[in-house]
Amino acid sequence: MAPLRRRKKPQEPLGPYGKFGKSVAELDERLGIAKGGRTFLDKIFPDHWSFMLGEIALYSFVVLLVTGVFLTLYYIPSVAPTVCHTPYAPINGQVTSQAFCSTVNLSFSVRAGLLMRQMHHWACDIFVGAIVLHMARVFFTGAFRKPRELNWTIGLTMLILAILNGFIGYSLPDDLISGTGIRIAYSIVLSIPVVGTDLAFFLFGGNFPGTAIIPRFFTLHVLILPAVIVGLLSAHLFLLVRQKHTQFPGPGKTERNVVGSPMYPVFMAKTTGFLFMIGGVTALLGAFFQINPIWQFGQYKASNISYAVQPDWYMGWLDGALRVMPSWEFVGLGHSIPFEVFLPAIVFPGIIFTVCFLWPMIERRYTKDALMHNLLDRPRDRPKRTAAGAAMLGLLSMLFIASATDVLANFFHISLNSVLIAMRILVIVTPFVCYFVAWKICLELQAVPKAGKRKVANVVTLTTAGEYVATPMPPPPGADHELAPEFVPALLELEDGGVDDGSPHAGDAGAAFGTSSVRTVPR
Amino acid sequence: MTDAHLEPLSRHPRHMERVITGLFFVGLVAFGLFGAAYWQNWAAWTLGATLGVGMVAVGAGMTAWGKYLMPRGPFVEERHVLASAPEDLERFTNAIVARGGIEVRRRKVLGGMLGAGMGVFGVVAIFPLLRSLGPLPGTTLQTTNWKRGTYLVDQAGRRIHVGDLGVGSIVTVFPEGLENTDEGQAVDQTILIHAEASSWTTPDTTPGGFVAYSKLCTHAGCPVGLYERGLQYLVCPCHQSMFEVLEGATPVFGPAPRPLPQLPISTDAAGYFYALAGYDQAVGPGFWERS
Repeated sequence: MAPLRRRKKPQEPLGPYGKFGKSVAELDERLGIAKGGRTFLDKIFPDHWSFMLGEIALYSFVVLLVTGVFLTLYYIPSVAPTVCHTPYAPINGQVTSQAFCSTVNLSFSVRAGLLMRQMHHWACDIFVGAIVLHMARVFFTGAFRKPRELNWTIGLTMLILAILNGFIGYSLPDDLISGTGIRIAYSIVLSIPVVGTDLAFFLFGGNFPGTAIIPRFFTLHVLILPAVIVGLLSAHLFLLVRQKHTQFPGPGKTERNVVGSPMYPVFMAKTTGFLFMIGGVTALLGAFFQINPIWQFGQYKASNISYAVQPDWYMGWLDGALRVMPSWEFVGLGHSIPFEVFLPAIVFPGIIFTVCFLWPMIERRYTKDALMHNLLDRPRDRPKRTAAGAAMLGLLSMLFIASATDVLANFFHISLNSVLIAMRILVIVTPFVCYFVAWKICLELQAVPKAGKRKVANVVTLTTAGEYVATPMPPPPGADHELAPEFVPALLELEDGGVDDGSPHAGDAGAAFGTSSVRTVPR
Repeated sequence: MTDAHLEPLSRHPRHMERVITGLFFVGLVAFGLFGAAYWQNWAAWTLGATLGVGMVAVGAGMTAWGKYLMPRGPFVEERHVLASAPEDLERFTNAIVARGGIEVRRRKVLGGMLGAGMGVFGVVAIFPLLRSLGPLPGTTLQTTNWKRGTYLVDQAGRRIHVGDLGVGSIVTVFPEGLENTDEGQAVDQTILIHAEASSWTTPDTTPGGFVAYSKLCTHAGCPVGLYERGLQYLVCPCHQSMFEVLEGATPVFGPAPRPLPQLPISTDAAGYFYALAGYDQAVGPGFWERS
């Protein structure tokens, strides 16, 4: 009788990588991943700290997505009135909107809900902040130059969408402060000449406040804008891999190579750790630092208002612009143009973002520079660009401060009028002062030899004889490639004279990673 | 292996291993405590504290592992020229141009018709995508619900008696019956002030020094909710526009361009306030159709 089970065939001998190698081979047969995958593992990431800013943005966005999904499970996007039953006594039994009540309840009744909400809000503030800092780094070091103009544009678009989605997001709870923000947004749309009134009516489904805006904001906030941001983010990262990183000049670093840590395993370990740290810091902020306590503000009511009404920080410059603008309204020919709102809230940010979008082109027209740039500028070596960036930051900072005129006046016990007049002057003057000071500092720094080089520490010891002896420390390990300033080869050559015979070189990472495309810097 | 690049950055890898193990252990304990905090429903902050400490510890351990125990580097990767070889570029461009030229005959007629169709498509697509979103404004923004004879009521729907407000007091009022509606709240909201009567110059005052202004700021539409009794100013808390109460609420400072419209009021025989007429102009911020 034949055996019920056929005997197992003797297995083919496994290769040198055992079962894991076999699974990879199986996968590769179907997907063809080996070649591109190897290139991916070998991708080099520069080690400079300033490259971390973009990572902060990326990982706080991850935190936003995770916590945001949690919030959507409990939040109800409706302004339908409801008797709110909540553990928070002052609100319990009041008639509020579904949106407000569900936000209070997801904070108090849902376990870990408050943590998730506060983490979401903190992660948003960090997200926009990291984008701004990342963008400043890219700007001041000239990383936006050819061939990366497109990625600059994508990044800037994401910044605008992030600001917009942040505003829409903190409008969703329908609390007193965010409702006031929506009211101002309505007036801003109204201020657009010719089409403003229609646009506002379309956007809100009628006159303010209506019942449409909260559900519409919800769809925008959780679906449309995040989807666009994820799409742009993918394009941003794809271009980053395709064009490879920029890097600061230094020994062994040229226009035609990238020096740093490989994707696998070094960067992967560091960056995954960084993701966890950002998530952890956000959790700690969410645990210990209260943010947007809507139950203290109460339900939005169009006729109510609170003192010190300020938006989230990234909207501050627009609020400040609204405050410092003089009351110039055009009335005539049967029409009005509310310039006092239209100029600071529509035209001004339009100009700011347009200048940012066009900057790579503006600079290129001015410098007549059509070359590819993979090595970064030191800000001091481009005094005019640095000065222009400083002027922009100065202007935006002043407007940001101007969004707190009432708080400043209260805090310093000076008249509100003086504060506002001072801010009007400062907003005009500061950009020029910043431009001049930054430009001058750049020129001065250029003249100082070795300025900005990492200094070698002196260790001062007290001898038994009572003398002080200063001994220079050896450079810290890992800093040596930054500390050896003399040798900058124009193009990296292989150490044996450019003939790659496949044998491992003295400085060949292949010994560790089995490659010939990843090499160490010759010293 | 003698290549310095492949050695870890840490000068005492054994020591660093212990530190990192410690960090991972902290993470393990913290995550365990997070579970306990969630299960036992401890105070809200304990959740974030345990989760945060755990994630920071584990993250710091992973980062330190990568930085201190893995090959120090630096390693270098060659860049490849992004631009394609000239012949590839030529073949690509040629395919677009030449094939198009051969395959698409009668291009003018076809292209013109396609363009016209797409143009109409683009225009009509605006209707469902934009026009359906809301009604046309019409004269909505030009009018309020205040009419001759409308009684002023407070938030709770009570009529306002002349004796309700002492000198220097204010109350937010609405047209009777509309105090809890969106329109009443957002459009009709009006501020009734019992101002000092001595230096009164507003033409339409009512006996007793009472005056009513639209509460919607003419700048950005916030409620002008702050009454500075000493200065006789109404101040908008949003952008600090100031209005002179005794001078017809003319703006004296800040970004607001126009006075707050005044609601002419009077009292009936019993002493309750009612409107003598509606507002004579659109209330709130400016817009194109406002004249």
